[in-house]
Amino acid sequence: MGKNKNKTGSFMGIFRNQIFIPLAALLILALFNFIMDPSFFKITFGYNSVGNPVLSGYLITILDYGSELAILAIGMTLVTAASGGQDISVGAAIAIAGSVMLRVLCGTNSRPETLQAPIIVAFLVGCIVAMLFGAFNGILVAYFRVQPMVATLILYTAGRSIAAWINNNELPIISEPSFGYFGGFIPGVPIPTPFFIAVGCMIVTFLVLKFTTLGLYTQAVGINESSSRLNGLNPTFIKFFSFVLLGLCVAVAGLIKVSRLSTINYSVIAKDIEMDAILAVALGGNALSGGKFNMASSILGAYVIQFLTTTLYKFNVQSDALPAYKAVVVIVLVVMSAPAVREKLSSFMNKMKTKKSGAKEVSM
Amino acid sequence: MKNISKYFPGVKALQNVDFTLCEGEIHALMGENGAGKSTLIKVLTGVYEKDGGSIFIKGKDKAVSIRSPQDAQKLGISTVYQEITLCPNLSVAENMYIGRSKGFCQSWKKMNAAADSILSSLGIPAKSTQQLSSCSIAIQQMVAIARAVDMDCKVLILDEPTSSLDEQEVEKLFGLMRDLKARGVGIIFVTHFLDQVYEVCDKITVLRDGQLVGEYEIKDLPRVKLVSKMLGKELDDMSDIKSESAVYSGKDSDITVFEAEGLQSSAGIKPFDFHIKKGEVNGFTGLLGSGRSECVRAIFGADRVIAGKVKKNGKEIKISKPIDAMKNGIAYLPEDRKIDGIVGDLSVRENIVLALQVMKGFFKPFSKAEAYKFADEYIKLLEIKTASADTPIKSLSGGNQQKVILARWLLMNPEYLILDEPTRGIDIGTKIEIQKLVLKLASEGISVTFISSETDEMLRTCSRLVVMRDRKVVGELSGDDLTQNKIMSTIAGGEG
Amino acid sequence: MKKKLLSAVLVLAMAAGAVGCGGSAEEAPNADAEGSAAEADASDGELIKVGIINNDPNESGYRTANDADMHAMFTPENGYDASFAYSLKNDEQIAAAQKFIQDEVDYLLISAADTAGWDTVLQDAQAAGIRVILFDRTIDADESLYAASIVSDMDAEGQTAVDWLASQGLDEYNIIHIQGVMGSAAQKGRTGALDAKVAEEDNWNIVTQQTAEWNAEKAQQIVQSVIDAGTEFNVIYAENDDMAKGAVAALDAKGITHGVDGDVIIMGFDTNKWALQELQAGNWNYDGQCNPFQAAYIDEVIDTLKAGEEPAEKVIVMEEKGFDAATITADDVENYGI
Repeated sequence: MGKNKNKTGSFMGIFRNQIFIPLAALLILALFNFIMDPSFFKITFGYNSVGNPVLSGYLITILDYGSELAILAIGMTLVTAASGGQDISVGAAIAIAGSVMLRVLCGTNSRPETLQAPIIVAFLVGCIVAMLFGAFNGILVAYFRVQPMVATLILYTAGRSIAAWINNNELPIISEPSFGYFGGFIPGVPIPTPFFIAVGCMIVTFLVLKFTTLGLYTQAVGINESSSRLNGLNPTFIKFFSFVLLGLCVAVAGLIKVSRLSTINYSVIAKDIEMDAILAVALGGNALSGGKFNMASSILGAYVIQFLTTTLYKFNVQSDALPAYKAVVVIVLVVMSAPAVREKLSSFMNKMKTKKSGAKEVSM
Repeated sequence: MKNISKYFPGVKALQNVDFTLCEGEIHALMGENGAGKSTLIKVLTGVYEKDGGSIFIKGKDKAVSIRSPQDAQKLGISTVYQEITLCPNLSVAENMYIGRSKGFCQSWKKMNAAADSILSSLGIPAKSTQQLSSCSIAIQQMVAIARAVDMDCKVLILDEPTSSLDEQEVEKLFGLMRDLKARGVGIIFVTHFLDQVYEVCDKITVLRDGQLVGEYEIKDLPRVKLVSKMLGKELDDMSDIKSESAVYSGKDSDITVFEAEGLQSSAGIKPFDFHIKKGEVNGFTGLLGSGRSECVRAIFGADRVIAGKVKKNGKEIKISKPIDAMKNGIAYLPEDRKIDGIVGDLSVRENIVLALQVMKGFFKPFSKAEAYKFADEYIKLLEIKTASADTPIKSLSGGNQQKVILARWLLMNPEYLILDEPTRGIDIGTKIEIQKLVLKLASEGISVTFISSETDEMLRTCSRLVVMRDRKVVGELSGDDLTQNKIMSTIAGGEG
Repeated sequence: MKKKLLSAVLVLAMAAGAVGCGGSAEEAPNADAEGSAAEADASDGELIKVGIINNDPNESGYRTANDADMHAMFTPENGYDASFAYSLKNDEQIAAAQKFIQDEVDYLLISAADTAGWDTVLQDAQAAGIRVILFDRTIDADESLYAASIVSDMDAEGQTAVDWLASQGLDEYNIIHIQGVMGSAAQKGRTGALDAKVAEEDNWNIVTQQTAEWNAEKAQQIVQSVIDAGTEFNVIYAENDDMAKGAVAALDAKGITHGVDGDVIIMGFDTNKWALQELQAGNWNYDGQCNPFQAAYIDEVIDTLKAGEEPAEKVIVMEEKGFDAATITADDVENYGI
């Protein structure tokens, strides 16, 4: 997806490529940190409290915490591309998926000594439930043609109460250490597990996009529904399906979230993560109105957002002010992607180009 | 006699067109799509600024300037469009007065009373306080007319007002038009329905290709002549152009490949029968809006089929959605390239392989190499002018976009190819290429249905024509009957 | 058609929202109403009608315990006919109060989401002869408008904690201070005491002071950021248990010892049962109580009012403790854990 066979040179090509946007944002942030405090990039090796080797440092933190976001960005990109709208219920859906997993693991006792079911079973049940909720959103959007934001508003408002209800409002805590591996470290591996899970998701996504026509279908439906139908596609099903896939991503992200602390807090877990996920898609240069998408760009966008968050924490910016900084990013993105500005920019770029080539001719 | 006349030199859309409308007359403005009717109306109502010529009102020597819709309104020119441009959520009275009150204060009572009196004087069965969306389309249109009347309009333009009305509603509308005519309002009536023109109009002005063909009294212009004027062929000096290319001559050339019986779709066409033989080229003809596209869409499963059946090689097949048709070897190049054809942001390559890919299945994507091979093959074959196979299709010209869509369906190796207006809006060279291609495909045994607004194109390619009028099949022509004259008289019907 | 569908969905969404905000509100009062109606028939309507307005029990473990305590106290067996309403929004709470006034409850028990805007509705209650008892949260209204206010003294909670910390006698205090939602009473009280002490003492330093908005994950990120920066610290002062847990997770990941005999002193608030167990295990050092069990106090006040007397004091401050890992007992965990 991110390659350029353009003969005019990869230098100009990179500017035109979508991935340029998150890449530029990443470079700006990295440069800022490098100037302000190069120790930002320091990675140290140590041991955690149970004696396992771990790497630590800001970069590791970014890979760690950006992973859930990257996983969500995958699903959100598909939903955005197919339906031209966004799912704002992913945070609430994570609460539900996490709650279901804990419920399966704990049974009726909220503080079990031993797990009541294998973790894999809990995860699969969580996946099914999250996909069902995704299907619920998908049905509203695809079959009843409700605007995605409005349709997912239902789950957004009700989801956390449902999550609490699943566990009878109790706060289950898992004491089994292996459950903590998913959001922490696997013994002997110094890199945080969430990053491996995210990489796994990326590989699966890459394979799915390569070995199925999902990418082509979702884009075609997002760009021109009527034409897609006449080409034998079923746009309704494809939109629906994209929401189900997002449900799957939600379940994976949910597993990481509940594993981090081996417990859940229904009202704050994955709070506002939907906005970050949508922002990741936008930062990846994908049109929020649907159509063409670049998955790699979205994933990079997710890590850039975590980079921003971590940078702000480092500089001790009050964390309740974080949304304000993200808002600035959104404004810049929105303005940059507005057709009027784009036109101006591209004409400006063209001018620069002709000037350059003119200069070259002269020098030759 | 007070008249308006206009004159525009130099523009391509309209070249030196004169138009005269008298007080108290209903004047039909006729022409095929792209003839310049809408442009003329938009100039008159100030939506477009004219590039030349002048407009006179009421016999005054001085030309008036119409630079914006507000100017037009002040001069008493009002328009009621095909799609209702009122606000469906507001009440009837609010719609009649919206944007017209001076200042911020508004007496609701007065407004409603005034609205009621106008409505009743025009015999429109609507209440001022009713929400507009609760009225039928016909009533909504009448409310729009009432609004125009109340604004003291001298000239009322009705742009395709009857296309979404049933017969009774059309009658009501005509009653209102006659009523207004009696009050001295001049009405410009734009429509595709010939019968309606003859029912209600006094004069006809015909446009073609942005040029004035002529202005006629209704009694001087029989239907056949009107059709020939619209299509640009004089009755007498039209020669038969028969194709001389090879005809498919396999031994199965007599086999009926596809057959439709009593097919009817949700798009509102009357049930029709249809068949096509192997290697045959036939066509649906008729004026725009006569239902020719709807027929082929029904065959392809693009519109919901509500009755009838389709047979392939004598066996009944079920087509409820496009993919069913595609699996049975039917390909459909849609009429509206932009809305139904291209997938704008995707590349030429992706647009070409799309249909075949969908046929092949979700888990069997073409590799990039395969897709490039297909794309390059057809780009060469059809001489598609594109920078590369990776160029987004939307940046291609119309004709090349059309070729890409054509490539998409040819790639599928169809048994039956339906081409709905494949040549519209593309240059003459490409047109001929496409016509030739159609004949070549037929000679290879593919059945083709060809739809075009241009009769000579149909004559050049088709060996059999199904003629439609007012959403009904009204005749079928083949062999010696395939002449412009015969086609036109069948299209026109009535006194043909 | 499409529009109608849309509006229908919107209505649905709002309904869902109401359920969402109210937590199990819709279910709970219904169930209670039925149950108590049946009881009322049996005991000839002798029950005292109380309307209880509380915050969403999902908000925190504290609230869950508080709500459970209320439910346990105001039962028909104890002579009460209780209706519950939940919301985190002030205006919805006020609307609920108005409804209770119309239903002619005998007592109105309120844990207000916000301190302002209650005057009118309280005056209405007074006019209808309904006595109001505030619990957990105070409001900005004239004292005459309510019979009693049963509250935690957040300043005292903070002070108890800071005094305990001072008694540890460290040479130097380098504190990571993780705050609750800014502006909440608990945050103000718990922050105030610490800020004052740090200003007073030379060897007390704040390494970082950040709000994690009661959220464990945010606390984890904040502490991680401090560790990544390589800054020295030896105290984590988290304004609730969840955030303390998040902070500890960050320490564990980097192998920094904490708790009794550890490098870092861990302090939390709210005495969740699991937090007290951490204390017992020596993983944490201190947990400050924020007493959610107000029902017994309210019951007492109602008894006083029923007898025609006024409570001796308008504002009743509940007794609250601080627990030290060194001295905590299994009984404490059982009795005070929520």
